[in-house]
Amino acid sequence: MGKKQAGTGPLSRRPDNSAFKQQRLPAWSPSLTPQTVLPTFYILSLVCLLLGIWLLITVEYTYELKVDYTDAGTCEQCFNLRKHAIDSSTPCKCTVSFHVPKTFPRVSFQHDVVRLSARCLPQGDVFFYYGLRNFHQNLRRYMDSRDDAQMVGRKNNLKAPSSYCAPFDYDANGKPIAPCGAVANSMFNDSLTVMYNPTDGSKIQVPLYRKGIAWYTDKNVKFRNPPTNNTFSLQQAFEGTTRPLYWQRPVYELDDTDSNNNGFINDDLIVWMREAAFPNFKKLYGVLNRAQGPFTEGLPAGNYTLSINYNFPVEPFRGRKELVISMVTWFGGQNYFLPIAYLVTSGLILVTAVVLTTVFVKVGKKGKNMEE
Amino acid sequence: TKLNFSSALEEERHVRANDRDYNERFSYADNRIKTAKYNVFTFLPINLFEQFQRFANAYFLVLLILQLIPEISSLSWFTTIVPLVLVLAITAVKDATDDYFRHKSDQQVNTRQSQVLIKGKLQNEKWMNVRVGDIIKLENNQFVAADLLLLSSSEPYGLCYIETAELDGETNLKVRQALTVTSDLGDDVAKLADFSGEVICEPPNNKLDKFTGTLCWKDNKYSLDNEKMLLRGCVLRNTEWCFGLVIFAGLQTKLMQNCGRTKFKRTSIDKLMNTLVLWIFGFLICMGIILAIGNTIWEQKVGSDFWEYLQWKELTINAVFSGFLTFWSYIIILNTVVPISLYVSVEVLRLGHSYFINWDRRMYYSRKDTPAEARTTTLNEELGQVEFIFSDKTGTLTQNIMVFNKCSINGKTYGDVYDEFGHKVDITEKTPCVDFSFNPLMDRKFRFHDSSLVEAIKLEEPLVQEFFRLLALCHTIMPEERNEGELVYQAQSPDEGALVTAARNFGFVFRSRTPETITLYEMGQAVTYQLLAILDFNNVRKRMSVIVRNPKGQLKLYSKGADTILFDRLDPSNEELMFTTSEHLNEFAGEGLRTLALAYKDLDEDVFDEWMKKLLFASTALDNREEKLGALYEEIEQGMLLLGATAIEDKLQEGVPETIACLTLANIKIWVLTGDKLETAMNIGYSCNMLRDDMNTVFIISGHTMLEVQQELSKDKFSSGLDMEKTELYSSDSVFEETIIAEYALIINGHSLAHALEADLEQILVDVACLCKTVICCRVTPLQKALVVELIKRHKRAVTLAIGDGANDVSMIKTAHIGVGISGQEGMQAVLASDYSFAQFRYLQRLLLVHGRWSYHRMCNFLCYFFYKNFAFTLVHFWYGFLCGFSAQTVYDQWFITLFNIVYTSLPVLAMGLFDQDVNEQYSLRFPNLYRPGQLNQLFNKRKFFTCTLQGVCTSFILFFIPYGAFMTAVRDDGAHISDQQTFAVTIATSLVIVVSVQIGLDTNYWTAVNHFFIWGSLAVYFAILFAMHSDGIFTIFPNQFPFIGTARNSLNQKIVWLVILLTTVVCIMPMVAVRFIKADLYPTQTDKVRLLQQATRKQGPQEQNLRRVRRTSSRRSAYAFAHQQGYGELITSGKNMKVPTSSTSTYPLSSPTRGLTGTSSASICKCFRHQKH
Repeated sequence: MGKKQAGTGPLSRRPDNSAFKQQRLPAWSPSLTPQTVLPTFYILSLVCLLLGIWLLITVEYTYELKVDYTDAGTCEQCFNLRKHAIDSSTPCKCTVSFHVPKTFPRVSFQHDVVRLSARCLPQGDVFFYYGLRNFHQNLRRYMDSRDDAQMVGRKNNLKAPSSYCAPFDYDANGKPIAPCGAVANSMFNDSLTVMYNPTDGSKIQVPLYRKGIAWYTDKNVKFRNPPTNNTFSLQQAFEGTTRPLYWQRPVYELDDTDSNNNGFINDDLIVWMREAAFPNFKKLYGVLNRAQGPFTEGLPAGNYTLSINYNFPVEPFRGRKELVISMVTWFGGQNYFLPIAYLVTSGLILVTAVVLTTVFVKVGKKGKNMEE
Repeated sequence: TKLNFSSALEEERHVRANDRDYNERFSYADNRIKTAKYNVFTFLPINLFEQFQRFANAYFLVLLILQLIPEISSLSWFTTIVPLVLVLAITAVKDATDDYFRHKSDQQVNTRQSQVLIKGKLQNEKWMNVRVGDIIKLENNQFVAADLLLLSSSEPYGLCYIETAELDGETNLKVRQALTVTSDLGDDVAKLADFSGEVICEPPNNKLDKFTGTLCWKDNKYSLDNEKMLLRGCVLRNTEWCFGLVIFAGLQTKLMQNCGRTKFKRTSIDKLMNTLVLWIFGFLICMGIILAIGNTIWEQKVGSDFWEYLQWKELTINAVFSGFLTFWSYIIILNTVVPISLYVSVEVLRLGHSYFINWDRRMYYSRKDTPAEARTTTLNEELGQVEFIFSDKTGTLTQNIMVFNKCSINGKTYGDVYDEFGHKVDITEKTPCVDFSFNPLMDRKFRFHDSSLVEAIKLEEPLVQEFFRLLALCHTIMPEERNEGELVYQAQSPDEGALVTAARNFGFVFRSRTPETITLYEMGQAVTYQLLAILDFNNVRKRMSVIVRNPKGQLKLYSKGADTILFDRLDPSNEELMFTTSEHLNEFAGEGLRTLALAYKDLDEDVFDEWMKKLLFASTALDNREEKLGALYEEIEQGMLLLGATAIEDKLQEGVPETIACLTLANIKIWVLTGDKLETAMNIGYSCNMLRDDMNTVFIISGHTMLEVQQELSKDKFSSGLDMEKTELYSSDSVFEETIIAEYALIINGHSLAHALEADLEQILVDVACLCKTVICCRVTPLQKALVVELIKRHKRAVTLAIGDGANDVSMIKTAHIGVGISGQEGMQAVLASDYSFAQFRYLQRLLLVHGRWSYHRMCNFLCYFFYKNFAFTLVHFWYGFLCGFSAQTVYDQWFITLFNIVYTSLPVLAMGLFDQDVNEQYSLRFPNLYRPGQLNQLFNKRKFFTCTLQGVCTSFILFFIPYGAFMTAVRDDGAHISDQQTFAVTIATSLVIVVSVQIGLDTNYWTAVNHFFIWGSLAVYFAILFAMHSDGIFTIFPNQFPFIGTARNSLNQKIVWLVILLTTVVCIMPMVAVRFIKADLYPTQTDKVRLLQQATRKQGPQEQNLRRVRRTSSRRSAYAFAHQQGYGELITSGKNMKVPTSSTSTYPLSSPTRGLTGTSSASICKCFRHQKH
């Protein structure tokens, strides 16, 4: 395999004297010296400590409230009614009362330090999530059971859903289902209304933005309706398809308040279609509209009633449903894991650093046995 | 006639000359050589078939098929097929290139021209068209195309000379003689065309020195033996032309039969890797089973409640079936623990390392324009694990050049150079040489440094003259002279050549000989001596003498021989001189020179006549002729007068003692296996510093029967203070072993070796030999060389390396784990069989200590990292299984799985595997004990494998559970949820890529620009591809293939994602840093120490390297060994090898019958002896 060069001189086969070929490329050879390793450990420990503290303070001043309404209040009857997913035709309504002990978001800060960090907090936004427990959106075949080409509004896929959707691709009559697949079919379809009950006995419905809750890319790229125009309505575009098995309404009538929120670009559908990674999850339902009334500062403390159009059955898989009211921080929702993890890591690194230093100073050879 | 048509069952070969029709009936092999495996059409099917025979490739094919089953397909087909096609393609390209070169070399050999007698005419034909039964004509210096029966030649008596270096490594010329009946055919083409003899002979075999057959021609039968055969691979020398009948052709020639099938060599890392891959498969199946059981349980407990949402019929049948399907799904998902790119990456690394060897200027020999060459590209890391080196002697350790170095004449030594203060000066290249310009017939290449000898000659000191006269007369050399003064000697042994050349330069020029005379040119005067008798050399006599009558009519006997022999036959009056000379001999021997004593005697006319009559009578005796002659020789070689002694240096290759010393320090045991005699071998042992005077004992085993050998071996064993139990007890304790072996040496000869290699004794042999620091086997056959290597391979499980230059080393080169050929010599046989070749023995040091060590280090680091990386990558799926109902849901995007190994993480580790240097080359050579870890297999073994896979498992655990913890409750900073599977996938994938990149950064000791480029580039490429695959454009084209649209954008702009990535990286990496730091601090390896030293010195600036000079301390008395064959005296006195006087081209005044010379033959000799006389 030696390359014989064409030249015929006396040294024609002499290899080139290049740094690359002679393996003498200039190089940096770092090694783990005490001068680099020990400071790194201390600095990392400090960084983690500071981050951990910052995160912890942030989390401490956020607030989250969970209302499990699976079988609470008057919902027990509905809960029993929905033992089978297929029994979706009978409507069932119920209410659950709950109490908000503190105003969302908390506005008064005791410490200046905290006030500084609180600048990063979103001012008064309150988020309403629906939470599901023990619902496995992450099963492989469940996750695969969708047709993104259909949801992007492709005509062909609308009429001929992907085989991944089976058995939710065609109904008993052979009509294609839109949107097809198990994910869409099992869409969360409870509707939640929260009423504020101030002490004066009145009832004020908590106003929610129900739109703009999905990712921008999902709403504008990933999910598109089949092409429509002034003469050609959305309903006509979905002509020849049928609604998913468990749905009460066809996809083009999902939102009866806003015709632009129908079809595949319905926000609730989009949120649902972004499958959760774990069996316990929460998905955004709405954002508090702080335009008026007592809600300009956030969600006031006091009594509330949650009224539910109870459609989504959880009893079969021993699941739970809940309403989660939360505020967000600069790094997301209320999340104790990260600050604690950072603090633990910081501690461990510090311990290691101390051990390393001790070993290096006391026990280690400090390079004394390094000579030949 | 009964014909045997099957060549496979060939019992007897019938060849009829000039009768192709007849010979074709037997379907003998033709002369085409084919070593290539494929042609254009068969390449694809055969190569694919071969590749799928590899376990890993077949496995991936099965995986691919599994992935096509929708029920279990947990990954798209492209995740497997993309890497598989890439791997297959790279391998195929490499195989194709290799085969192309084989085709080219085959082509080159097959299209060599030879002259074939066809239909009464000589025609040029390609070698491949030569058939059995053809008569071909060879000219001087041509390679013999096939195994030929010599028919006739240009020389008298049908003699012809061949060089067999390619066959047996011997560089001296050999004589072949044709049958008289056929040699009468001469070069008469018509007669040759009519020749219709039929040869009946043995079937093809691999015995180089044996041939039996009969020639039937004109109703007569003539027996044929090996002396009439010219074998393929030989070169015709000193013979203008010859004709031969092709007996064996092509693959059936003895040469090709000896080549055997090249064994495919595998390195120990390869074998280990295969075992590990099997283990990983086992592990994979275990995990599959665990997860399948988990799935079964989950389906029963939880999943069954979920069926309302997932109405799959087959799952509703039962949970066990679901588990079964899940098993296969997980096998597909987890297949990346067996890295598909492992084998191909390893191949790429080895190829790169091979190129570095080819490119190394320090292994390039400028004098012969020969660079080092890695001919096998699959063995490099094994070069870092060698424990035994088996070396040939001639041409490998020594240059096979004899140089007349010193002499002692009448009690005075010549040859040393002294400065003005009387101190001895070391002779170097620059030392001024003696000016021989007074002598027009001198040999210009001859160098001598002591001018006092020339002065003595010029002063015409009688004994000095007699000394050189003896050297010029007493030998069996044939001279050749083309033009005036262009004198070339054709010597049987290089020793004789050196002596006669010395005499020539000192004014006693041996110019020509006839059967009866020898003509010298003594100080410009032509003197013709009458040659009366040659008392030839043999192994018992260890001397040779000539009896001549000088022009004055005096009868003289000149004798040269081993000192011990000659001293016994001296005249008592010589005693004092004998002692002085003896001292000088000791001195010479101490310097590793080969010595020879010279003596002469004046003969009485009457005594000589009487003796001559007896000699004539004895030489016609029918029985005991040899003994009778021997007794007569003995009778006349008595009472001689000592002249002095010569000392010849068997020139070592450059740097041999230093190299051996360095390799010994690296704990490599060097065994010398040589065809030479015991004395020669020992001599070289001393001059290479392998044998030393301070060694406790040098065991010499030379028994002739099994029993003797056994006794000698056992005796040695006991005398070394060790019995079998102790050996076993301490065999694992290397320290103990080292202290023992420091003291002993073992020398064993071929006869004894034959016995010792038998089953009963081999264990003792291995035990004894391994206790010895030095082992020299002399008089061994090529086969025995291989057997010795095999023995060590079998008993010691150590990596062996064989190095040699001749065809006699081929078997051992092929047997050893690594074969090294010395290139740049005449014969190429060894190089062709070797795995590595270079021009000088000393390059071995660099090959092993620098290239080998680096290769091993790089390969081991590479493998550790590779397994770590794949475990970290893959096992995340295992942990996810517990959260996703064991449904074989992948964590990552499928494209990430496809590209992770081949794009995102392949180049940094390849750069590390190609360029890393833990210690630079100077320090590698300065501290040979850095080689130890390779021999002890320390850098990659099963334990290391467990460590790095465990590290991978831990990393995967952290990689999964930290994001899991963080994502359980996470939302975006705008409240939208990001605990979806896609964000989770991107987060883990990004963490993984960063963690493994940091890890490779930690593993890289030597950051060249390439490393920087690859490491940072890989990260950049990862993000680039990530964003590209999650981009709007690609989604709108293939919505179903790229469902991750927008995930990268929406997750990587979140602080929480980066917080998770940072935490994961820190937690994964810091423990590794701590462990490494503490290891280097508490238990620094030799490498750590040298690294530190290297860094310390680099700060101080470069230092002058202190080269260890090896001093020869030997003072052992060495005996001269004649390296030539017996029987040449007879050839000379019978005049058989001399031409009938023809019109000489010489203008030289004394026109005694000289040999008619032609241009070609003279040129041939020059070439032939080029390597003997520089």
